[in-house]
Amino acid sequence: MTQVNTIDHVVIRFSGDSGDGMQLTGDRFTQDNAVAGNDFVTLPDYPAEIRAPAGTVAGVSSFQLHLADYDIHTPGDHPDVLVAMNPAALKANLADLPVGGIVIVDTADFTPRALSKVGYAENPLEDDRLAQYQVHAFDLTAAATAAVEPYGLSRKDASRTKNMYALGLVDWLYSRSIDQTVTFLTTKFAKKPAIRDANIAALKAGYNFGETSEAFAVRYEIAAAPAKAGTYRQITGNRAAAYGLVAGAARAGLPLYLGAYPITPASEVLHYLSDAKRAGVMTYQAEDEIAAVGAAVGASFAGCLGATSTSGPGLALKAEMLGLAVIAELPLVVIDVQRGGPSTGLPTKTEQSDLFIALFGRHGEAPMPVIAAQSPADCFAATFEACKIAVEYRTPVLVLTDGYLGNGAEPWRVPELDELAEIEPNIITEPNQPDGVYWPYARDEKGARAWAIPGTPGLTHRIGGLEKAANTGAVSYDNDNHEVMVRARAAKIDGIVREVPDVVVDDPSGAAKVLVVGWGSTFGPIQAAVRLVRQSDRDLATIHLRYLNPLPANLGEVLASYDRVVVPEMNLGQLAMWLRAKYLINVESYSRVRGLPLRQSELADDLNAIIDEEAAK
Amino acid sequence: MTATIPTAKSGLAGVPLALSPLTRKDFTSPAEVRWCPGCGDYPVLAAFQGILPDLGIRNENLVVVSGIGCSSRFPYYVESYGMHTLHGRAPAIASGVAMSRPDLAVFVVTGDGDALSIGGNHLIHALRRNINMTILLFNNRIYGLTKGQYSPTSEQGKVTKSSPQGSVDHPFNPVSLALGAEGTFVARTLDSNRAHLTEVLKAAANHRGTSLVEIYQNCVIFNDGAFDPLKASDGMIKLVHGEPIIFGADGSMGVTRLADGTLKVAPVAEIGAENVIVHDAHGDDPQLAFALAQLTDSNNLGMAPIGIFRDVDRPVYDDMARAQITTFADESAKLKAVSDLLKGRDTWEL
Repeated sequence: MTQVNTIDHVVIRFSGDSGDGMQLTGDRFTQDNAVAGNDFVTLPDYPAEIRAPAGTVAGVSSFQLHLADYDIHTPGDHPDVLVAMNPAALKANLADLPVGGIVIVDTADFTPRALSKVGYAENPLEDDRLAQYQVHAFDLTAAATAAVEPYGLSRKDASRTKNMYALGLVDWLYSRSIDQTVTFLTTKFAKKPAIRDANIAALKAGYNFGETSEAFAVRYEIAAAPAKAGTYRQITGNRAAAYGLVAGAARAGLPLYLGAYPITPASEVLHYLSDAKRAGVMTYQAEDEIAAVGAAVGASFAGCLGATSTSGPGLALKAEMLGLAVIAELPLVVIDVQRGGPSTGLPTKTEQSDLFIALFGRHGEAPMPVIAAQSPADCFAATFEACKIAVEYRTPVLVLTDGYLGNGAEPWRVPELDELAEIEPNIITEPNQPDGVYWPYARDEKGARAWAIPGTPGLTHRIGGLEKAANTGAVSYDNDNHEVMVRARAAKIDGIVREVPDVVVDDPSGAAKVLVVGWGSTFGPIQAAVRLVRQSDRDLATIHLRYLNPLPANLGEVLASYDRVVVPEMNLGQLAMWLRAKYLINVESYSRVRGLPLRQSELADDLNAIIDEEAAK
Repeated sequence: MTATIPTAKSGLAGVPLALSPLTRKDFTSPAEVRWCPGCGDYPVLAAFQGILPDLGIRNENLVVVSGIGCSSRFPYYVESYGMHTLHGRAPAIASGVAMSRPDLAVFVVTGDGDALSIGGNHLIHALRRNINMTILLFNNRIYGLTKGQYSPTSEQGKVTKSSPQGSVDHPFNPVSLALGAEGTFVARTLDSNRAHLTEVLKAAANHRGTSLVEIYQNCVIFNDGAFDPLKASDGMIKLVHGEPIIFGADGSMGVTRLADGTLKVAPVAEIGAENVIVHDAHGDDPQLAFALAQLTDSNNLGMAPIGIFRDVDRPVYDDMARAQITTFADESAKLKAVSDLLKGRDTWEL
């Protein structure tokens, strides 16, 4: 009888050739656990090449997930369990596995040729190189092929079911039901009965192998994590951002129009919204990044909520159009899923290096609000808030997410629409001056201009990139008027601080001298690192910034109240410089630009050293 | 899978009409027109404002979008909704307007530098998609607003401040370019012929899909007389659908097709009246239109056809895009659809 051990968390990495279906396997395993109530965070990692040469380390695709019975924020630094479907996957990932970790290996491809392709002179399964791990090596491919034999698939198709066999085995190992994946496969392959039945058979065979073979002495169980009651789904950051736009437009009562050009890692935002036509969404795959944002500006002029999604290179191209949206004072939401730069850089890897271009990347005095999401599910809330500000203040708003948030997934409690804030577009339909006169640049108490849309009788007007006279909106080259308008636009954006909640410091002991300030996707690693630091009986305070422009009203005061302020970022210190410039405070930058999320253990060690150094002063 | 494609309709179908007739004056904004005295932009503005009452549309359902350049000041002078945007990007912005609002008549005003140089990409993609808008391309063969550099339609050898030894650029033929992009309505007219200008603009507005009208437009300051060679010569070939293509003094010259399919210009007396080809702007085959466009002497303008080269129906991008989108009987039905979208199919309850 297999013993069942209850654990509070585990990190599992599925790894194989980029054609082995590892992303799907990881995604399904996540879903099988989500249904059981675990908290989770996932991190897919795949090569930039669509199909790198088979069996090479460069072609390895992996999917890591962290499951727990408590609230977690990161996919974990290191896997506890590695599922390796070929020698390349073993080679690429073994170094990340701590001593004592579990390795499940498909031995089918451990041939001399495949081994030499990845630089293994000898088969590592046959010598003592894996002695410090718990190794479970099976010919999963052969087992899967045998299980699907009745369905008459080609040899290739039959062997491709090995990922479902592996999934079944891991589902068994972590005491998860395969029922939901059976339903998923039934729907997914509804039109290909043989493929459907074979995949289900392989899944069940893998599960049954765990149950009957006695190959594993121990299986595991993770209890449900406490969570607010409600309907949940698994959501990636890109889907959450897309749905944030849909919900924002719906709450504003405006049609949503997305103009976009395909770009990694932001394309899914376009995909998900193109699949949202049934919810009334219009999408436009434009000829380039400029046309994408241009069409969105046109749609906003016509009375929609215009939006565009992109990544760094695309944001650079959109800069001039953002300036037009600033001076035309039209709503626009720009989602930038940041990736490693500059230039093409690391298209599939994550980075936070677009903060400067978001804050400053336009010519002229062209301020824009900048909001950063802190987790995959939070991309929904951050984007929704951006919609509200864009519509109510008639301004383009930048939402910064990144490749890690965009592709990563976590559980998301699906909100009812009426739980979300109201968005008041306040579009005007009557002249706003005596004698039937309409002033398009008359401002409300928040500084937002009077927005009228085409089709409205009596309010015809012309706007554009030339400086406008205050109030009337006529073209004006007047020097003093320009200063008035530059300051009015700046004051409007600064005034958005009224929408920005004060930062609340997380400083449980109240005795911390060191404050860690994060923004965006470093939230997870910083939270995990802070937890580790506090477990070592050190005091540490932390805040996480969501609004990068305008910054929260009390931020300067908070920063000044700590002896030392450390800003971990996946760039060379962009937020640190912004805070130093804003508040004249000696902020310390902690930067890592490896194209990966910060490592929580490394960050915790470094923070411990800083705290100890400060204590010794 | 083949989707249902709505039939192309009149260019203005879906745009509400004025209840009482409007006049040219109703489409004249109070802004002072600031083009140079004698600029070819004036007659185009006048002709445009002149056709609007005939189109019957309301001021508020008219949107004029422009890029950057002298001609792009145009929207300020038309009493309608308008947007003066970025250099070259007007077709992109107008695409967003046209897609999201079938009740608007959308016009783009652009120039040779705006449309063919910095904005070339947007122009060709608008034409290939066939988005319902009318593009007025003011071609003065020079950069006017930046004070006189050669443009993508300037003749080779043009001496300007940026080409003191003569430009070495080969000029674009905008009509050929538009036909190459498979534009469904492609025409050429000129600022000095009010009747022709009016007729062509009206036909362009009534075409559903992207209409491109190249307008030969004189810049009195930096390229005065650019079209005089054409006006002075017998080489202006007036294309009229269904009519034989004859031109020159007393219609003595004609266009015929040789055995190898190419077009030849020759005296009618030489080729025989029966061999003069009859213009067909509505034919499926674009080759005639392209061959006619190629009769343009893009460098010296000793010869150029004017009129409607091509006017054919093809399903319109924005009609098709809108047809794919679910419409809802009321707001609550839409909110339900949004709610369902957010939930997806793989949910669980806690």
